[in-house]
Amino acid sequence: MLIPADERELAEAVSGAARPLAVRGGGTRPVGHPVDGDDLTVAGLSGITLYEPGALTLIARAGTPLVEIQAALAAEGQMLAFEPMDHRTLLGTSGEPTIGGTVAANASGPRRVRAGACRDFLLGVRFVDGRGKIIKNGGRVMKNVTGYDLVRLMAGSRGTLGILSEVCLKVLPRPESTAVLLLAGLAVDVAVRAMSAALNSPYEVSGAAHVPVGLDGDPVTMIRLEGFEASIAYRAERLTDHLAEFGPVEIERRTEGPESATAGWAWIRDVEAHGGTGEDVWRFSIPPREAPALVESLGDARVVLDWGGGLVWAAVEPGCDARRSISSGHATIIRAEDETRNRLGVFQPEPEPLATFAEGLRRKFDPEGILNPGLMG
Amino acid sequence: MDMPAPSHDVLNRKSRIVDRLKNALSVEHVKSDPVETRAYECDALAAYACQPLCVVLPGSTGEVADVLRICSEERVPVVPRGSGTSLAGGAMPTSDCVVLGVSRMTRVLEVDYECRCIRVEAGRTNLSVTGAVEEDGFFYAPDPSSQLACTIAGNVAMNAGGAHCLKYGVTTNNLLGLTMVTMDGSVVEIGGAHMDASGYDWLGLVCGSEGQLGVVTEATLRILPRPEGAMPMLIGFASPEVAGACVSDIIRAGVLPVAIEYMDRKVIEVVESFSQAGYPDCEALLIVEVEGSPAEIDDQLGIIGDIARRHDPIELREARDADDAARIWLGRKSAFGAMGQLNDYMCLDGTIPVSELPRVLKRIGALSRQYGLDIGNVFHAGDGNMHPLILFNANSPGELETCEVLGAEILKLCVEAGGCLTGEHGVGIEKRDLMHVQFDPADLEAQMNVKDVLDPAWLLNPAKVFPLGATATRRAAA
Repeated sequence: MLIPADERELAEAVSGAARPLAVRGGGTRPVGHPVDGDDLTVAGLSGITLYEPGALTLIARAGTPLVEIQAALAAEGQMLAFEPMDHRTLLGTSGEPTIGGTVAANASGPRRVRAGACRDFLLGVRFVDGRGKIIKNGGRVMKNVTGYDLVRLMAGSRGTLGILSEVCLKVLPRPESTAVLLLAGLAVDVAVRAMSAALNSPYEVSGAAHVPVGLDGDPVTMIRLEGFEASIAYRAERLTDHLAEFGPVEIERRTEGPESATAGWAWIRDVEAHGGTGEDVWRFSIPPREAPALVESLGDARVVLDWGGGLVWAAVEPGCDARRSISSGHATIIRAEDETRNRLGVFQPEPEPLATFAEGLRRKFDPEGILNPGLMG
Repeated sequence: MDMPAPSHDVLNRKSRIVDRLKNALSVEHVKSDPVETRAYECDALAAYACQPLCVVLPGSTGEVADVLRICSEERVPVVPRGSGTSLAGGAMPTSDCVVLGVSRMTRVLEVDYECRCIRVEAGRTNLSVTGAVEEDGFFYAPDPSSQLACTIAGNVAMNAGGAHCLKYGVTTNNLLGLTMVTMDGSVVEIGGAHMDASGYDWLGLVCGSEGQLGVVTEATLRILPRPEGAMPMLIGFASPEVAGACVSDIIRAGVLPVAIEYMDRKVIEVVESFSQAGYPDCEALLIVEVEGSPAEIDDQLGIIGDIARRHDPIELREARDADDAARIWLGRKSAFGAMGQLNDYMCLDGTIPVSELPRVLKRIGALSRQYGLDIGNVFHAGDGNMHPLILFNANSPGELETCEVLGAEILKLCVEAGGCLTGEHGVGIEKRDLMHVQFDPADLEAQMNVKDVLDPAWLLNPAKVFPLGATATRRAAA
């Protein structure tokens, strides 16, 4: 295992690599095709290098543990608003998720539907390309259109175009208070309509999820409001009225704190419902209106709906091709045997000319095929 | 401003090229008479102008593809154009180029409230996107000040921002899908009514690429439900430093205003005599706007007022009703027009970390005295996106040149303070030759490599964004 201690060592490791590298942060999100290469982790590049709460910006080396960043932010009453998913329960992995891995996977959680994805909060990157060159893009300011946006290109590129060495993120204030509205017993199509009504209201809903089989066996729909205490009290009441046609609403309210982790949103975020089972797990990003048809087409698969129906997590019978169930959006295999992943392809096949462009980018950024070759297909 | 020498080979083939384009589009949508093409000789960076070879105004994605295929075959550079409101010269033609305007493509293709998105043709203006959904209580968030005229195509090309980005983000954060045509005439579909990409983030890459990777013909945009209400507060301060510190404290307090706008004494005085907005006599003022129900607005303005009072404000004025609010915004919204009545001006767009505001404002003041040109500062303080307006007289020999040197000094200062050359206007031709201040050769090479992949012949808007010296070999190979 190569463990470079700083950016220069990382660059040297890449330029000196005789064969491909299997790049990782904490190794907790092994999504993608298996890579045949020498293991390299950025975990040695660790530490927050700048944090300005008054400017809502934080810079950290790529291997910095996510928990370290979250603790530093919490101490100042701030947070990563994109609510990064923790894959460990779902994938049965151990180790420490890093900020670099989070960015490389563009891992976002329930708040994505309102606040944006990881890529929306990424202000700047430093990375090492496949020839060992150190490249920077973006910066540490909120608005920046200077040159091409390689920042977003790096988010979600899973170490195939460059290895992140440092990232700069926009952070946001932690809400003072959270309320969750619970609707019981809704069928999927009605639940999607209810979530849509909530998201289309002016009350700034920050989470909208639905589980057809909740912890007590019945369907539950969850709508989250976050903000100042008085505001949340008002909005919860107004939203309850707004959703009256969908049946009685139960309101869970509390001040933000450690206990909120039990609120069910971490359970949704990390797709704990599908953890530790023998099924394959697929992730669908689709237009929310198509969620009911997708769920129906998936038959007796167990599903979790997030993002108002725009994100569907399905646990399906091993080996089956669930991608056929969508007509638009994309389907990704998150958990399956290698054979299934190789046969069906982990990622949604890209239409031409995008597939050719993707290959062209890889040739430019990594001409020797050193960086996670084949991981994205 | 250096521009590449035109290709005589292309100029000599003008009639053949125009004929081919006329065969592809109806004749009236291909303009080659200098009288007709004059309107396209420049954009809002009006100090520079050049008549193009011809102008085409296709009416569909298919026609855009036909035009690009012909231009690709003929090896003619193409300059895409929305409404020509670029302040950076992004739509500035060369004499050997075809200007491709998308202004005829303005239809709304689909409104989908269930998915909270709208699909439009990219020549539609920014404001009329909101116009299509506002009766149903929705809006499109990015709001560049040219929003009455500027097109979505241009917004995507430049990753346009606006006054309300602090809360809602810029174009790239509100873009779900695109139809784009690459230089070889291929139609590319990216994204849709769903969120985030499966593979590489093509949307993110194309947004802000200044028309160098493809011509955007349709876009799927995120729309948001309108807040219940919005109300501004006006706060006057005795010094720019105190105003800057107050901005930082507001952000840190956990309130996220929808906008924090800043104006300095120069701008306050000019807009006051222009619009009689009733602004206080002070060194710096902030307009802070918050959203929500009346009670929520009161709460937030209460918090902001408490913070402001710790900074000894000269005046603190909460809007009580829509008339008050309009009066507070009146001066800010007329600032650019008012400054324009005073003199010619160059509007810069450097962005800095909010924490650097006091120091950078002080240095800008010193530079203004050193170069003998007045500077007014009016900008989006919440996200550090500065807009220093350098006043000069274009008819006075040498003043434009002095102004450009001073502008470059200010932009270098922004980069040195941890910021960037441009926050929302784009690089265009204006800041092209300053790119090396912010980027190393390897950084620029990585960006140019992307263009090599999507436009290998370097025919799309080729003389923009990168220093001409850095792109010479690539352009010559075309």
